[in-house]
Amino acid sequence: MSQSYDRGLIEDFGRWREFTAGMWAWVFHKFTGWVLIGYLFTHIAVLSTSMQGAETFNSTIQGLESLALVRLLEVGLLAVAVFHILNGIRLLFVDLGVGLESQDKSFYASLVLTGVIVVASVPTFVSGAF
Amino acid sequence: MAQRYSSFSSGSTAWLLQRITAAFLVVVLAFHFFNLHFVTHAYEIEFAGAQARMQNVGYYVTMVLFLLTATFHGVNGVYNALVNQGIDGVQKRVVQVVLGVASLLLVVQGIRVANTLAGF
Repeated sequence: MSQSYDRGLIEDFGRWREFTAGMWAWVFHKFTGWVLIGYLFTHIAVLSTSMQGAETFNSTIQGLESLALVRLLEVGLLAVAVFHILNGIRLLFVDLGVGLESQDKSFYASLVLTGVIVVASVPTFVSGAF
Repeated sequence: MAQRYSSFSSGSTAWLLQRITAAFLVVVLAFHFFNLHFVTHAYEIEFAGAQARMQNVGYYVTMVLFLLTATFHGVNGVYNALVNQGIDGVQKRVVQVVLGVASLLLVVQGIRVANTLAGF
């Protein structure tokens, strides 16, 4: 059995300076989760233009994709999704009790890997936007 | 020493479903991003291509399951985060109803979109 420590409420964000790696992982996972579910509603709204016909759908997608801001937001969305996926895998292992002792290192690995994947994807995401 | 942080009470059905949907979403979300940003670039997406993808039964079923699991996982995550923040009583009931209705609308509209693209 792992020993537990009472570090107080993580929901008390005013204590952020005292947060450990695992607590930051929790905060980032919540934040990225809120962004992803918010985006899902937006995504379905945009795709709903398909119900108005091919022309409306195509002009909506092309109009949005022609905006540099949208392309940058897509890079942000990629960052959020990749982190949530990688940290989610980490959480599944933590829940199974696997690698508990190195959960801080796996959080840092999730952050680094997210950074690498996002940076490597930037050219693809912004192609033709600027 | 390692310590586990979770918004979910371990052992509940919602807890288990959150993990099962997570395992599915890890794969499908990665596939979705890869498919619609790298195989087909987002700026190349057109109605005809979306239609061709959605007319494949396997793709249609995967996307509908993706919608259902993502909606459950996301809304259940938001609900648990709010419970963690301390909502109780009437507030909790209101949140349950609002999130429930929002989920239902999202799933119904998402399936309508999938059906439109699939030609159903």
